[in-house]
Amino acid sequence: MGEQWPPRVDVSLADGVVEHDVERWVSSACLLCSNGCGLDIAVADGRIVGVRGRGEDRVNHGRLGPKGLFGWQANNAEDRLTQPLVRRGGRLEEASWEDAMGLVAERSRRLIEERTAGAIGFYTSGQLFLEEYYTLAVIGKAGLGTPHMDGNTRLCTATAAQALKETFGSDGQPGSYADVEHCDTLFLVGHNVAETQTVLWSRMLDRLQGPDRPRLVVVDPRRTPVAAEADVHLAIRTGTNVALLNALLHELIAHGWIDRAFVDDRTVGFDELAATVEPWSPDRAATVCGITAAEIRHAAELLGDARRLLSTVLQGVYQSHQATAAACQVNNVHLLRGMLGRPGCGIYQMNGQPTAQNTRETGANGDLPGFRNWENEGHVDELARLWNVDPMVIPHWAPPTHAMQIWRYAEQGSIGLLWISATNPAVSLPELRRVRSILDRDDLFVVVSDAWLTETAERADVVLPTALWGEKTGTFTNADRTVHLSERAVDPPGAARSDLEIFLDYARRMDLRDRDGSPLIRWEDAEGAFEGWKACSRGRPCDYSALSYARLREHNGIQWPCTEQSPDGTERLYVDHVFPTTPEACEAFGHDLLTGAVIEEQEYRAQDPGGRARLRAAEYTEADEVPGEEYPFALATGRTLPHFHTRTKTRRAPELQAAAPDPWVEISAGDAAALSVEEGDLVAVESPRARIEVPVRIGDPRPGTVFVPFHFGYFDAPGPEEHPRAANELTLTQWDPVSKQPMFKAGAVRVAAI
Amino acid sequence: MQLAAYLGLIHRAEGELGQAFREIGDGHAEEPDVLHVCRTLAAQCEVHHERLSPFPARYGEGAPDEPERLHSTLFSGVRSGGLGLLRDLQDLYLMTCECDITWTVVGQAAQALRDTDLLAVVTECQAETAVQGKWLKTRMKQAAPQALVVAS
Repeated sequence: MGEQWPPRVDVSLADGVVEHDVERWVSSACLLCSNGCGLDIAVADGRIVGVRGRGEDRVNHGRLGPKGLFGWQANNAEDRLTQPLVRRGGRLEEASWEDAMGLVAERSRRLIEERTAGAIGFYTSGQLFLEEYYTLAVIGKAGLGTPHMDGNTRLCTATAAQALKETFGSDGQPGSYADVEHCDTLFLVGHNVAETQTVLWSRMLDRLQGPDRPRLVVVDPRRTPVAAEADVHLAIRTGTNVALLNALLHELIAHGWIDRAFVDDRTVGFDELAATVEPWSPDRAATVCGITAAEIRHAAELLGDARRLLSTVLQGVYQSHQATAAACQVNNVHLLRGMLGRPGCGIYQMNGQPTAQNTRETGANGDLPGFRNWENEGHVDELARLWNVDPMVIPHWAPPTHAMQIWRYAEQGSIGLLWISATNPAVSLPELRRVRSILDRDDLFVVVSDAWLTETAERADVVLPTALWGEKTGTFTNADRTVHLSERAVDPPGAARSDLEIFLDYARRMDLRDRDGSPLIRWEDAEGAFEGWKACSRGRPCDYSALSYARLREHNGIQWPCTEQSPDGTERLYVDHVFPTTPEACEAFGHDLLTGAVIEEQEYRAQDPGGRARLRAAEYTEADEVPGEEYPFALATGRTLPHFHTRTKTRRAPELQAAAPDPWVEISAGDAAALSVEEGDLVAVESPRARIEVPVRIGDPRPGTVFVPFHFGYFDAPGPEEHPRAANELTLTQWDPVSKQPMFKAGAVRVAAI
Repeated sequence: MQLAAYLGLIHRAEGELGQAFREIGDGHAEEPDVLHVCRTLAAQCEVHHERLSPFPARYGEGAPDEPERLHSTLFSGVRSGGLGLLRDLQDLYLMTCECDITWTVVGQAAQALRDTDLLAVVTECQAETAVQGKWLKTRMKQAAPQALVVAS
């Protein structure tokens, strides 16, 4: 077994400030990636002046990544929004909260009267706190009764949730970050952890470059810093994850590298999986994936003789063709090998954004709160009793409306009010020309809650200035279920308010009441919301019932489930290999992985897994838009280390901005030579939808693949007409049929010198 | 033996269904999920059609002597808008029902004939037909409230 990861406390303070000048250190965690590193916020003269990692925190042992170290400066930016804005005569003008919120409530009431609450949609973020999400979920589901609630988390984390539901019956990350210390084999599938979660990567690097090195298998079409450390790097064609994974499963089964007793006792579906992967020899997969059969065999050998396997999955799977199907196959590797629920045997179906986990738990992403099943009348009744409303109010007649469908309804005019909180779809969604045209529709009333006048806020009818992290109190949960309390360190600027205050104000103005006429929302602050959530989560897999603000103030960073039986939290799920797959317990009855067809209750009951995990098989299919004569390159968009989301914060941290001031397109040396372009040359990258103009970086992607970072929009650049540069001008409107996650690592482009 | 007639029916029904999936998918290209899943399912129907081709040699040509009714009655060009999408998916749903019951009938005959080749084709194709119907139902349940209650 591995050793403890030693602490190293990272500190960053404003120029000229030393630790002695700091008046208060306020407990929090980093909100700039899904790792959720524990830190303290330094305060002096009523301002945030720095951060310091917390050495005792289980997630980071004191370390902070570049975004954590420098991103806090954004709070102090001069261009924060400090007053509500209302569009009058085509221009956004300053207004009072009374005027702005009055307009939002008035438009909401009118739409409900004319067309029901189905005319109202909420599009949130991976940046709000649990208390804000849960309050919004209750407003939307038990108050208004709209099925249209989702957010930017659909773009980053939907497949993680869905794959966990399909395999284990419920969402919930099984592993612990401490599995990094205990594993003997690492399998990173479409997860460039060196760019996305730097502190987790440093934890892995300390193993990879230390004694008793684990073996590393990496699946990525680019030779990333992670791939450079690998024993086997499988640089497959984008869109072929399922073919590769089926071949790996084929090898595990063919060589008998499986835990037969575990498979027989604790899983269902082996025969179908075995039959599905049977034709997927390494030779066949090699042809499809564009790598050698020897590489596939080598990777399978490493997975096959691992004693403690840790696998991680992120956007290379989630934002690619057959997302859920592929993510489930990684779960299958662990089930076949019986490697789950003990130290070193983890699966991280990673999250993209810092608080994405909480949207899934609370139902702000459309799911029912507490990982409840919308097809289970008993679960709906539990919520109705908790909220004291008629079960008929709660939308549960169909799957919740996913993000892309919400935008489609707005495009068709049936959604007349779209409230966007803490995210920037005018840069982050696919096919931006279409997104802009929707935001600009005369019949769509757009409300934007944000701290800055983003590309999206500029197009809004009402802009509500919000408090940021550090200016409000609340909790959030990372990708290994660790809950942190983030305290208010300073006041928000001007008249800015927290999203929680804004939602509570909206609930009062809409006069939302329960079936006895009492106010539906029974809390007035973050701690009250947290208590409400605890009651909602009780008895469910994400049980917070023994957590409290007091408990988190004693010890920040506790993993759910946290109950009277496990007051210190739970490091790993499924240690007893009992999974929440009974029809009564499960969060979903699942889907057909090819089409997304819902498996109905009766059918699920007929094959009741009874607490065993489900081996979900999927046949490989070819992606729809693949490179060809006209558009010869495969496009992948993704992150770069210094930036987060659409740079609203990281653009305002000088060190981060300096590290990556402008976008680029990364192409291989061979492709650059063939195009007669060199490093720094401006090129046009064009898809069937649009073109952008960006400089070339010669990198090491698989030949025929190009990479463009998605962070860059227009707020600090010339307008799109003069110099189009956002990666999402190019991307296609298509999503995984099961998780509904849009495909950003798909589609074809051509590249030409300008 | 009259199996030839039913082989003709299923052959034609799968052909018509595949064509309808393709037309409706392409006609609703602004609903990307409908476009892409319909294309996938159209390809499935084409494979079903192909897999049936050895059996007329075994059991006769079996061209149906009755006029095709369902496709021509149901399907007369792609409709538009939310309600139009719902109506088009409903037509497809009814056509999958016809395929499903026709597979059932052919499967009964295959069992009585102890024709394991035909039975394997029926079993595998009918399973896919069932999923096609479930997808249509899933998509229609999703679309119905907005199309019927909210949209004007």
